[in-house]
Amino acid sequence: MNSYLTDNVPNRFACLGLGTNSPQSLTKRPAASLRDMPDWLTSEHSTGTSLMAAEFDGGVVIGADTRTTTGAYVANRVTDKLTRVTDRIYCCRSGSAADTQAIADVVTYHLEFHEIETGEPALVRSAAAVFKDICYNYRDQMSAGIIVAGWDSRHGGQVYSVPIGGMVVRQPVTIGGSGSTFIYGYVDSTFKPKMTREECEQFVLNGLTLALSRDGSSGGCVRLGTITKDGVDRRVVLHNDLPKFYEG
Amino acid sequence: MATGLAPEIPSGGFSFGNFQRNLSLEVQGLHPPKAIKTGTTICGLTFNNGVVLGADTRATAGNVVADKNCSKIHRLAPKIFCCGAGTAADTEMTTRNIESQLELLRLNMGREVPVVVANRLLKQMLFRYQGYVSAALVLGGVDKFGSHIYCIYPHGSTDKLPYATMGSGSLAAMAVFERGWKLDMDEAYAVQLVRDAIAAGITNDLGSGSNVDINIIRRDEPKTKIIRPYEEIGLRGKRHGKYTYQKGTTKVLETEVIPIVVEEEEVVQRMDED
Repeated sequence: MNSYLTDNVPNRFACLGLGTNSPQSLTKRPAASLRDMPDWLTSEHSTGTSLMAAEFDGGVVIGADTRTTTGAYVANRVTDKLTRVTDRIYCCRSGSAADTQAIADVVTYHLEFHEIETGEPALVRSAAAVFKDICYNYRDQMSAGIIVAGWDSRHGGQVYSVPIGGMVVRQPVTIGGSGSTFIYGYVDSTFKPKMTREECEQFVLNGLTLALSRDGSSGGCVRLGTITKDGVDRRVVLHNDLPKFYEG
Repeated sequence: MATGLAPEIPSGGFSFGNFQRNLSLEVQGLHPPKAIKTGTTICGLTFNNGVVLGADTRATAGNVVADKNCSKIHRLAPKIFCCGAGTAADTEMTTRNIESQLELLRLNMGREVPVVVANRLLKQMLFRYQGYVSAALVLGGVDKFGSHIYCIYPHGSTDKLPYATMGSGSLAAMAVFERGWKLDMDEAYAVQLVRDAIAAGITNDLGSGSNVDINIIRRDEPKTKIIRPYEEIGLRGKRHGKYTYQKGTTKVLETEVIPIVVEEEEVVQRMDED
């Protein structure tokens, strides 16, 4: 009957791998609020999140934690916050899950159309501009903090930050989400331009690990993505494989 | 001057008079009627030959159980089903509407509609209504790409997961899933796990109760039926002990008999005969 209660559960975390290929999911939000609504209905799925993106010689590395919360409940511990926009442009989402998923869907549509019209891969700058337009025009209704990163043949690897009011700015390295506040010092002291790919991946992994270990609403695993002229290379670092820092 | 030939032109615009009135009525303690909410436990998971969806059957209106055996598993397509939590009317109408759209889409395209499409239609509709349509859904189905479970929240965000729970009983149900879920489960084990998850919701969550409904969607079968009820959990138990005192437990100290005197008076009424 209740046989599973006594079984071994060897593949408890095998599900983590499944999320890797699926572009869905992120953070969520509550709504309308009316009185007497239960927490799981009203609290928006939100994105306490840690995001990071950095340029290196030949491309960009993007990374995010995998936690989605509704109030105090972890609604998804294997979330994929690195969302594809085009083959070589990704975005990192923070804020309301519903808003950022909707924005990413619309931008994906616009850029697909744009690539058909122009007959060539979209520029990262164009993607950032479309994100900015939507985030700015709907700034009073949406809560979305997005990092756009990718590679194009004109300008190589680029990182653009589109924070909550709908500004857009290019930065060689940027961090986002609630967990980012804890690692400004780490980023400022560690980042150097023209790192190698391996150096940059380690830099992002370390930064996110530090962020999610100090931020209660970030956590789980770290997802990394490296975008170069050859395309995207994605990987998941499970929580037990994260680098170890001072834990006192 | 308003006449038949030259009627008064209405000034136009909105009147917010009733809004002010309702506010003051509410301050005085008069609340508008509440919609029926399905305090709910719903869940779904994928196994090696399809997906299993489960739901309880209690619908509540405040503290009152409005329906002891309502159906929370809705059909969207022959092999795509959807469990609904939230406002009963919203989940019902949302799923019915999407069911229609999916069927029209199938007829137009001339092929089976995959589960991602159902997910897209639902999330875009819910996002458009900015969370005011209170439908929290667990979408499950099988198509030529495999077996899929999606979690859809009222604001329009979605998660693709191997197993999911929703509703007020989601924590109890998730505890069971986290303990028992394995990769590549067989059908019997998967159904048992879903039963236990819903049973955990029914017994531990006040908003959930009554029966377990289960829907098994198999890859190798063209159609599926909701097993309703799969099991009755919230039944009233049998009384095992006797709680009446035995005759003679209390000692009789004295006895007095008081006769009841009944006074009889016969009244005969005669009908007039002429």
